[in-house]
Amino acid sequence: MTQRVTAAPASAFRTILPRVRRQRHPIVGWYRRNERVALSALGLVVFFAAWQIGADLGVIDPYFFSSPAAVLAAGFREVQLPRFWNDARISATELGVGSLAAVLLAVPLGIAIGWYRRISLTFDPWLNFFNALPRVALVPLVVLWAGLGVEMKTVIVFLGGFFSIILPTVEGVRTVERSLLDVSRSFRARERLIFTSLVIPGTLPFIASGMRVAVGRVLAGVIIAEFYAQTSGLGVMVKRSSETEQPDRMLFGVLIFTLLGLVLSEGVGSVERYLQRWRPSIDLEEAA
Amino acid sequence: MTDHLALSARGVQMEYRDRGTGKRLLAIEKVDLDVADGAFVSLLGPSGCGKSTFLKIVNGLILATAGEIKLHRVAKGREDAMVFQDASLFPWYSVLDNVAYGLVCAGVPRKEARLRAAPYIDLVGLQGFADKYPYQLSGGMQQRANLARALAVDSAILLMDEPFAALDAQTREVMQSELLRIWNAARKTVLFVTHQIDEAVYLSDRVVVMAARPGRVVADIKIDLPRPRALEVKRTPEFAAYEEQIWRLIQHDRVPSPLEQAP
Repeated sequence: MTQRVTAAPASAFRTILPRVRRQRHPIVGWYRRNERVALSALGLVVFFAAWQIGADLGVIDPYFFSSPAAVLAAGFREVQLPRFWNDARISATELGVGSLAAVLLAVPLGIAIGWYRRISLTFDPWLNFFNALPRVALVPLVVLWAGLGVEMKTVIVFLGGFFSIILPTVEGVRTVERSLLDVSRSFRARERLIFTSLVIPGTLPFIASGMRVAVGRVLAGVIIAEFYAQTSGLGVMVKRSSETEQPDRMLFGVLIFTLLGLVLSEGVGSVERYLQRWRPSIDLEEAA
Repeated sequence: MTDHLALSARGVQMEYRDRGTGKRLLAIEKVDLDVADGAFVSLLGPSGCGKSTFLKIVNGLILATAGEIKLHRVAKGREDAMVFQDASLFPWYSVLDNVAYGLVCAGVPRKEARLRAAPYIDLVGLQGFADKYPYQLSGGMQQRANLARALAVDSAILLMDEPFAALDAQTREVMQSELLRIWNAARKTVLFVTHQIDEAVYLSDRVVVMAARPGRVVADIKIDLPRPRALEVKRTPEFAAYEEQIWRLIQHDRVPSPLEQAP
């Protein structure tokens, strides 16, 4: 008996064709390559244009919301004043010293707490206590100790950064890969080498993510402290501008804080990328 | 090769106390084992027979609850080095730094350790990969680096804990014949843990068969297949006979599945 192959009706199969590369217009090609920059820029331009036009037409009340041009003009006036640069210097110092102290104390202490059982048992209640405590509530207390000057504001910044970094650091040490610890022990690594070859590199991603959270906390810390003390710094400029009904000047101050935040995050990000070049890089587009 | 023993274990026992029930569990019961210098010996058995635990006791990673193990002293360096089941490479170190790690642990300055580690990268067939990071390596290549790290400390005994278990079948066979080539070149005593019968027969001078609950030695089988062994030896009747003999030993110990118990 011979088998007869009958032609199937066309509807019996769904045909899947290969991807065809179409000829693209050069402008479309350029857009595809620069899509990220193009769309970000578009978003910014549309927002600021709408704000400006809205203010010009009176749809947006410039008394409350100012306008991009007014903010720029206020900024231009500000940067010519020595007082602005003095405020900026003070805020930057509080941020810098407080953040640096937070990193330098939180990282070694976090590693010690994560690694040594007895230190961990001793410090754990305190970590939990301070983590649960809203740190803003401590501001009046810190004022009592350190007055209304730069020192007090630096302490507030420090507190914001310290706990954001120490908790993930402890967590990172505790989750160090067991199998790698076995390798170190198997080859009889001294404790010092276990730290430098395993514990510290294994914890770096945790420290880095703590630092990213800390960026927001230290900025909030400096602003809250300056609002509260009203002695000096960009926070004071923002607060006074609000009280004296100068939204343009106030928004310029906010813009400066935002820039400081961007600089800090970018700094943390580049340190992180440098320390983690052993990791496979994941492109944003590929991941999407 | 000399005729002394590289390793001698007497009455090695490992007992755990179950945290929940408080009952004592014998993971290993009275294991005696002698391994001649230069021999390739496999510990074969089902999971839970204590073969990996025994290896870790030899390595000093865990301490036995009874018995003793003697390792033949060597003039310099380590008596033993471990090849781990997962490649367990440090992801932040290059291949070269990973291979040099055992030497660095032994107190060799990093620069010198790298110089001494480099030839072992060639020996395991990783030429040109010294500066790559582990994530850039395939599973088989990671195991080569894992092996090179243990070889680099130039110990008398190599302890291998199911090093090819996670590899695909083809890569595993390649690695088995590679291991014999390297063993031939390095002339070391090897204690190799596996649960695969053909792997144990193909590689070993002796296969020590273990059983579970409690972990113990049930047979010690000498493998009389000529060396050097090509992978083709796996298709000879002699090889099949060894496989059959060991398979029966393990089968005998096995708990029958409910399906088989049905009439």
